[in-house]
Amino acid sequence: MLYFDNAASAKPCEEAIAALSKVLTSNYANPSALHKGGIEAEKIITDSRENLLSRLSGFGKKGSLIFTSGATESNSLALLNSVKSRKGNRIVTTATEHPSVSRAVDKLAQEGFEVVRLSPKDGGGRFEEYIIENVDDNTVMVSVTSVCGETGFLTDVDFLYREIKRRFPDCLFHTDGAQGFLKTNINGDLISLSAHKIGGVAGVGGLFINEGVRVTPQMFGGEQQKGVRPGTEPTALIAAFSAATDSYCGEINLHFKELNERLRRGLENLPNIKINSRDGVYNILNFSCGVKSEIMLHFLAEKNIYVSSGSACARGKKSQILPAFGIGGQDIDSALRVSFGRQNTFDEVAVFLETLEEGIKRFRR
Amino acid sequence: MAKYGEIALKGNNKRIFEEQLVTNVKRRISSLGEFRYERHQSTLYITPVLGNNFENSQNHPTPASAGTNIACGGLPVDEIERRLLTVFGIGAVQRSLPASKDYGEIVRLGIPYLKERLMPAKCFKVDAKRADKTFPMNSMELMREFGAKVLEAYPHLEVDVHNPDVTVRIEIRDKNAFVCADRLKGAGGIPVGTSGKALVLLSGGIDSPVAAYMMAKRGMSLDMLHFQSPPYTSERALMKVESLCERLSEYCGEIKLFNVNLTEAQEEIRDVCPEEYMTVILRRLMVKIAGKVCENSGKRGYSALITGESVGQVASQTPAAIICTDDAANLPIYRPLIGMDKIEITAIARRINTFDVSTLPYEDCCTVFTPRRPKLKPSLAEVKKLEERLNPDFIENYSENMEIKRFG
Repeated sequence: MLYFDNAASAKPCEEAIAALSKVLTSNYANPSALHKGGIEAEKIITDSRENLLSRLSGFGKKGSLIFTSGATESNSLALLNSVKSRKGNRIVTTATEHPSVSRAVDKLAQEGFEVVRLSPKDGGGRFEEYIIENVDDNTVMVSVTSVCGETGFLTDVDFLYREIKRRFPDCLFHTDGAQGFLKTNINGDLISLSAHKIGGVAGVGGLFINEGVRVTPQMFGGEQQKGVRPGTEPTALIAAFSAATDSYCGEINLHFKELNERLRRGLENLPNIKINSRDGVYNILNFSCGVKSEIMLHFLAEKNIYVSSGSACARGKKSQILPAFGIGGQDIDSALRVSFGRQNTFDEVAVFLETLEEGIKRFRR
Repeated sequence: MAKYGEIALKGNNKRIFEEQLVTNVKRRISSLGEFRYERHQSTLYITPVLGNNFENSQNHPTPASAGTNIACGGLPVDEIERRLLTVFGIGAVQRSLPASKDYGEIVRLGIPYLKERLMPAKCFKVDAKRADKTFPMNSMELMREFGAKVLEAYPHLEVDVHNPDVTVRIEIRDKNAFVCADRLKGAGGIPVGTSGKALVLLSGGIDSPVAAYMMAKRGMSLDMLHFQSPPYTSERALMKVESLCERLSEYCGEIKLFNVNLTEAQEEIRDVCPEEYMTVILRRLMVKIAGKVCENSGKRGYSALITGESVGQVASQTPAAIICTDDAANLPIYRPLIGMDKIEITAIARRINTFDVSTLPYEDCCTVFTPRRPKLKPSLAEVKKLEERLNPDFIENYSENMEIKRFG
């Protein structure tokens, strides 16, 4: 199996699986329990939390990390439950957000907030500057993803956060760090994280909450995690998240860079391939192949090569994100996303390119 | 008590229908427990075998004694009832308590038996039917007297003959008396297996499963023919069809699914035929393959094809297109939805639990290579001429591209 869909869910790394297995075998006690087993489990969670916090930019400032079920929950928690008690009525976000951000913002729009969604294709210059131009005194929240999941497009949220805070200290800054964590510098008052995009296990994520930012709970229960996110913490998943983070080193990003360059070179040699990714992370490459995405996807899948179609769904539902990059019409219908994981090799890229070429010959008309 | 629907109207051949009904009922519920089956007075009596005598209800382990009529001797009665409601040929299902034809016993067993239904109710009425005219009380007396006993036992109730929450039924039949508070409308129709066999062209959309259901209701045994075109269609589209077969088998009984890979033929049609004729030519190809499947089915073969077509719904379902489709068939094509609109079809799909599967968004073989402007009034002569460009081997050798799965 050639797995090139790691931005959807990365192959769990060995370290994560080992940590998961160790905790499930030895540290299964409820971390809130008063006995020694509980204390040990709690210690694993505390260590993991510290470890993850140290990976965020601007570490040293005081803040907390709440574990959630994943970035979707973190995004809802960050967006829906932090703006209402604050002054201001304007929310600035982008047209490249994951549905867990854009739909949460839809909800706020229904409730009366003015929502501005900016596209990288507009504004003329640097996207970060364009975003800052749109923030004003009435802006209560800026929510910008650090990496766009479909194209890999990178927004410098570290820079954005610092600039916006300097000019508008009262404005909250949230970033969806699901795709950007460990791949780029991320910063914010509220940062959503996901384990299964970096080699951890699906089912756990996190929300960083900066000091002084109040997030009210969406769920009610015990006093776990200061009551912001009650429910027994999944110690094993958290340990795996932390282990995946530990084993994620700079060399991995370098490996992605080389795979990416190799793939781009190969694609340039094929006729009429249009590369949709620009200015982005190396592990994601989106391109249009001139054949309807689903057909090419199924064709590749028959050969045990797994990629994702740029668009979310087979029937009619076109990508809402690609138009924000000025990509239109047939290029959207034929968009494919290749996303690398640590395990991918140059040979795999070569096989992918050969198979893609075969598919293009067969299906392109 | 499974009361007959249309079977009750049958004449000399009634027995054939009844026997098939018993077979079908057994197939549906025998895994849930041991039952005794008896037929008389246009009713199939299905009695749990609990080591007690049906005739001598003195010893019957009345559910009432256990304080409930839901669990009868540990049997999953609700599930048995649900399954009976999917068996064609049954007009009504009545969960009933048998008693000997003695008014005292009817009251003694019946009043506690009704507890679970009557406790949450506010009002009730009693219906009585005296088939056995030798019973000393007539229907009116039974209703009045038994109603009074109910009121005595459950003083929170009121009588409401127009809008009762619960209708208590007392039936004095040939062998026994019965007390019942649960009467549910059955699936109707006639038993599957009494009208021969047909092959359904099952696409995975909303219509074809409904068409299958409607013909099974007329007693036909069904098999399904599905066409897939990987990689133009996804594996999920096939899983969807399999899941439809699974659900349909609740009504239709055992189903064989023939799954034919049409990719090669569809690509050929696309390459050699004008775009606007693609739909009708594909449609004819499907019908021809269906005909071949039927031809090769041996002695107890198929007597018809079934499709979910409805006039005017899409380009392949205009009257002119249907002329072309019919011409390709070697058997009659039954189209039970021909005069129905989408809302009516959807309502049935929801009721038989196929709607949510049918609306899963995966492409099927009809939606790939859809022409931008399909021919709405194709001429048969023209279509036949165009078809000559196609390699006839594909139809002859369809079985090389076919898989078979069984359901139910």
